[in-house]
Amino acid sequence: MNYRRSFFITTCLAFGFAFLYIPILSMVVFSFNASKLVTVWDAANSPTLKWYYSLLHNEEILDAAWISLKVAVINACGAVILGTLAGFGLARFEQFRGRFTLNAMTTAPLVMPEVITGLSMLLLFVAMEQWIGWPAGRGITTMTIGHMTFSMAYVTVVVQSRMATFDIALEEAAMDLGARPVKVFFLITLPIIFPAILSGWLLAFTLSWDDLVISSFTSGPGASTLPMVVFSKVRLGVSPEINVLATLTIAVVTVVIIGVSLWLTRAGKLAAAAAAAAAE
Amino acid sequence: MRILPPLSKVGISGRGLVVTLPYLWLLLFFVVPFVIVLKISFSDVDLAIPPYKPLLEWVGQNSLAIKVNFNNYAFLFTDPLYVHAFLNSVKVAFISTVLCLLIGYPIAYGIARATPTTRNLLLLLVVLPFWTSLLLRVYAWIGLLKANGVINNVLLALGVIHEPLNMLYTPFAMYVGIVYSYLPFLILPLYANLEKMDWQLLEAAEDLGCRPWQAFYKITLPLSRNGILAGSMLVFIPAVGEFVIPALLGGPNALMIGRVLWDEFFSNRAWPVASAVAILLLILLVPFMMWYQSVQARESASAR
Repeated sequence: MNYRRSFFITTCLAFGFAFLYIPILSMVVFSFNASKLVTVWDAANSPTLKWYYSLLHNEEILDAAWISLKVAVINACGAVILGTLAGFGLARFEQFRGRFTLNAMTTAPLVMPEVITGLSMLLLFVAMEQWIGWPAGRGITTMTIGHMTFSMAYVTVVVQSRMATFDIALEEAAMDLGARPVKVFFLITLPIIFPAILSGWLLAFTLSWDDLVISSFTSGPGASTLPMVVFSKVRLGVSPEINVLATLTIAVVTVVIIGVSLWLTRAGKLAAAAAAAAAE
Repeated sequence: MRILPPLSKVGISGRGLVVTLPYLWLLLFFVVPFVIVLKISFSDVDLAIPPYKPLLEWVGQNSLAIKVNFNNYAFLFTDPLYVHAFLNSVKVAFISTVLCLLIGYPIAYGIARATPTTRNLLLLLVVLPFWTSLLLRVYAWIGLLKANGVINNVLLALGVIHEPLNMLYTPFAMYVGIVYSYLPFLILPLYANLEKMDWQLLEAAEDLGCRPWQAFYKITLPLSRNGILAGSMLVFIPAVGEFVIPALLGGPNALMIGRVLWDEFFSNRAWPVASAVAILLLILLVPFMMWYQSVQARESASAR
């Protein structure tokens, strides 16, 4: 009886993960294909690194990647500050004026269709330019503001859920020993929620790095991000260079995510060991 | 259970400082824009920069006239294209959500019942695609589905089919793309819910003579209701307004409202019409967003 059920579940897992990973693997494999037809394997000349070479010499893609990187880094730092404040406030302060509104404003961007957010952001920037003359035109600044607004919502959720699980007695103890609230935050709270802040930063970076829709609305001429360039290329069909780009992205993401989760697991074990030692 | 937060000793000013910055930021950059969208949805299209007429206009010397018109909305309701796009988007999002549930539930269940080591590995495998670019993952399906793509080549080589199937730029491709992209959004909240399940309940039910499927239907399914709802909402709401996937996989006939909004804005430069589309879409989705928020509130209350 048990066997049959687990057989069904195992089959579902196998098919599910095949569904998730076959498209990704196909891009990796075909990035080494010599043929310009991308999905027709040219056995005589493959595997080859020629598309890697041509991607790394593609000025348009490199320029776009540089813009994306700048926007993503600034966005991640800003979103982490705003999101940590909001997540901390929502988790720690049971009642304050505007709690309901803040909660709603940090939940809505998670599900809001991007076309709506993008359009509304752009119309705000246009209106602001008419009223106060800022921002003059659109580009990296307006894009970064747009990204921060939706990615801070994700950081808020991550920080808030981490705050909900940690032992409030630690903060109380520090307060009882005479630490001021700000000091408690930086010495106790911040180190404990640091994993959440780090994941929040990475999440905000990725959201910005991948974003097409909000960037397209809030960007101006001359500021094309990597997804905008990729989208215009992909609309015309498959391109071997995009497979290379995908493979490089997958490689970086895999290394960073596995590295960070290993590091966090180790840090978690060390913290647990320290807590056990302190308890003895 | 009420926990008195120690930092409440900071008093109003300290609390105020913490939440004021994100509060004002979201108010200015998230809420105010909707007011502007609403305003522009009542304006006339104009051949100017920006391409709409002001609502308030000075007529004569001292009188201010407000020109509100419902032309854009009337236009959306009379042209069958827009009505069709709205209905089609809801249909596509709904079917995609059901498909995600059918595929995602067994996966989330399997992960929740795995040993802790396997569980972490499987979770990592679910999350990993989510971190790689959505655009690139949707792009991968072009290579798989097109006429001389991977799937057709494999099926032809195996002799299953004798001429390539026409899959790319069809509704089928769009469903595949949406289900593929949104699956992790359904699996993760569902897993978080199932992880808290007391599996002894199932054993008890089976001891009392329940068949495994009955036990699942009577115990696991009702107890995971909040996880199902939260996950479904995370798929359904954004999928209604999805732009990238229909644009890349759906072909010219894939009429989705997100795409209509995009085209009105970028191709036709009809900002007021695009704004009216956004407002109607918002009116359609806000009840679902509120539902989502109440489900989330219930979930975090039960976690305490």
